[in-house]
Amino acid sequence: MSNQESNNSFSSRIVVLPEANIDTDQIIPARFLTTTTKAGLGKVAFNDWRYNADGSNKDFILNTIDASEHQVLVAGNNLGCGSSREHAPWALMDYGFRAVISTEIADIFKSNSLKNGLLPVVVDKATYDKLLANPQQRVTIDLETCALTLEDGTVFTFQVEEFARQCLLEGVDAMGWVLKRLPAIEAYEKANNKEAA
Amino acid sequence: MTAQSSPPKSLFEKVWDAHVVEPEGATSPAVLYIDLHLVHEVTSPQAFSELEARGLKVRRPDRTFATLDHSIPTLRPDADGNRPYITAQAEIQVHTLEDNAAKNGVRLFGYDAENRGVVHVIGPEMGLTRPGYTVVCGDSHTSTHGAFGCIAFGIGTSEVGHVLATQCLAQRKPKTMRITVDGKLQPGVTGKDVALTIIATLGFSGGTGYALEYAGPVIEALDMEGRMTVCNLSIEAGARCGMIAPDAKTVEWLRGREYVPQGADYDVAAAEWLKLASDEGATFDKEIRIDGSSIEPMATWGTSPDQGAPIVKGVPVAHTEDEERALKYMGLKGGDSRSAAKVDVVFIGSCTNGRMSDLRAAADIFKGRKVAAGVRALVVPGSEWVRLEAEKEGLDKIFTDAGAEWRLPGCSMCIAMNGDFVLPGQLAVSTSNRNFEGRQGPGSRTVLASPATAAASAIAGHVADPRQFMALESA
Ligand code: SF4
Repeated sequence: MSNQESNNSFSSRIVVLPEANIDTDQIIPARFLTTTTKAGLGKVAFNDWRYNADGSNKDFILNTIDASEHQVLVAGNNLGCGSSREHAPWALMDYGFRAVISTEIADIFKSNSLKNGLLPVVVDKATYDKLLANPQQRVTIDLETCALTLEDGTVFTFQVEEFARQCLLEGVDAMGWVLKRLPAIEAYEKANNKEAA
Repeated sequence: MTAQSSPPKSLFEKVWDAHVVEPEGATSPAVLYIDLHLVHEVTSPQAFSELEARGLKVRRPDRTFATLDHSIPTLRPDADGNRPYITAQAEIQVHTLEDNAAKNGVRLFGYDAENRGVVHVIGPEMGLTRPGYTVVCGDSHTSTHGAFGCIAFGIGTSEVGHVLATQCLAQRKPKTMRITVDGKLQPGVTGKDVALTIIATLGFSGGTGYALEYAGPVIEALDMEGRMTVCNLSIEAGARCGMIAPDAKTVEWLRGREYVPQGADYDVAAAEWLKLASDEGATFDKEIRIDGSSIEPMATWGTSPDQGAPIVKGVPVAHTEDEERALKYMGLKGGDSRSAAKVDVVFIGSCTNGRMSDLRAAADIFKGRKVAAGVRALVVPGSEWVRLEAEKEGLDKIFTDAGAEWRLPGCSMCIAMNGDFVLPGQLAVSTSNRNFEGRQGPGSRTVLASPATAAASAIAGHVADPRQFMALESA
């Protein structure tokens, strides 16, 4: 079952934003949160880093690359801190990213990313430094083996919360998973006096 | 013979255990029951759409409450009743929540409802928030409700959908950390200063993976509103939730509010709440202690909430590249006094500091004084109830006499998506919770501080220690 390009394993070039603490307001500024759908947010991903006030492009890496060639974002420590807005992973995915790599990824952003199939990969400092040393490189990410393979052949084994990994690998629908627990939920409500009046 | 007592438990463990529908396994998370789900217009539309696509309705509309706060204007409607929305999209978003609430039988604190307000202000105010509850909302500052002994945390829109559909969430149990604040606060030092000190101590990710419990004499001495401010900011140290054991103050604060039990039933409920405190001997994965007596009025100087320092110490010298970058963005120079940089905007409000005690603290400083020339000061009450109460006390008059604007309730400049924002390059002193680059508008620079400090800075025209104005009064 070696399948080179599947949902579970893919190769892509990286794009590096070395700034630390890239918060969700940078990934998608709050003024774009008035949308009522998930579609089209890639246009405003990193909006204030990409565009001038008059709408013209700034000299910024995401304006210069072919997004389909660079599906892995490598960012400085503590990526995704800040708000719980799921618009952040939606915007990154709509731009074309399939995985984000950092030495630390904020808690809610990580959980929101996993729910949408954007893979958060936390690496050690040595691996991060190797990524930065060759910011053009192609990496392979395999969710089955939790392996991140750098261009020089280094393999880093990352951790993904097991349930989220199973959901991604097997295409388990997380809401469906909780919905299957409805009998237990009803029993809990009954036992704890929490039924609807 | 005494019965074999169970091992001592922490506040967090007691509340968590009482909400486990299905325990955590090696490969599956726990199914956690959610008592209260608060909903607002920004993070809910896609969740309601998901429900609709699956042919589902909100399972427990009686445990789901909605409000309008993030994208709504804080200016009054015109003579024809038209509201000055920033964009047509913002208006559509508001109507989308109105429709979704109506279709699902969810109570919405809409326009003109006397209880409308910022989601984390109205939850406690209405008595929807109750000790021992699990509370979630699609907003990361849901940790606010932890001040009442709740496990309260922010969730993303997918999870908003899960809770709407099932009243449950799949969750892994976090580790626990107790933060004990010893001693006694000096006069003029507030809950916000305590919170900014804790964050500066822990760092932006010091709380990651933990549920925090705040304890010790300083926390006990805070009023409920100060405790809400402390819990509100837990996320800025990376923690998802922060909580404080319910005590007599908690019980008195909630008594008589709309959704709590009334009469004798209340005392029965309250007796249970008081049992939630961490048992003697309860253990935590981590414990830290902070000397509360040495806390001073704080202000941030950088672009992350943990980059804060006592105002009297001035702007710190950068030690890392990050710090250098932050100072550069802020237009501040290490070693300078805080009076060196001119302030352009002052914002008093938000779920961090938009409650009555916050407005009173600001009014005490504004009273009989004027906002410095060139400073725009905006005071935005956290809820309609706060607005009406403040107007009853005449606080609105104190603000407007001083030259500040008095608005309708909403998130306003905390998130700057409704048209209230700071202009590029302007320096703002804000009582909100985030000083990220551009948080208050593209190119905006934010200094986080307490309401007293924000008011003092509005008067002085630069970041100012509020005690100088307090001392004047008592002299
Ligand atoms: S005031 Fe700010 S933090 Fe609070 S709910 Fe509104 S946007 Fe969120």
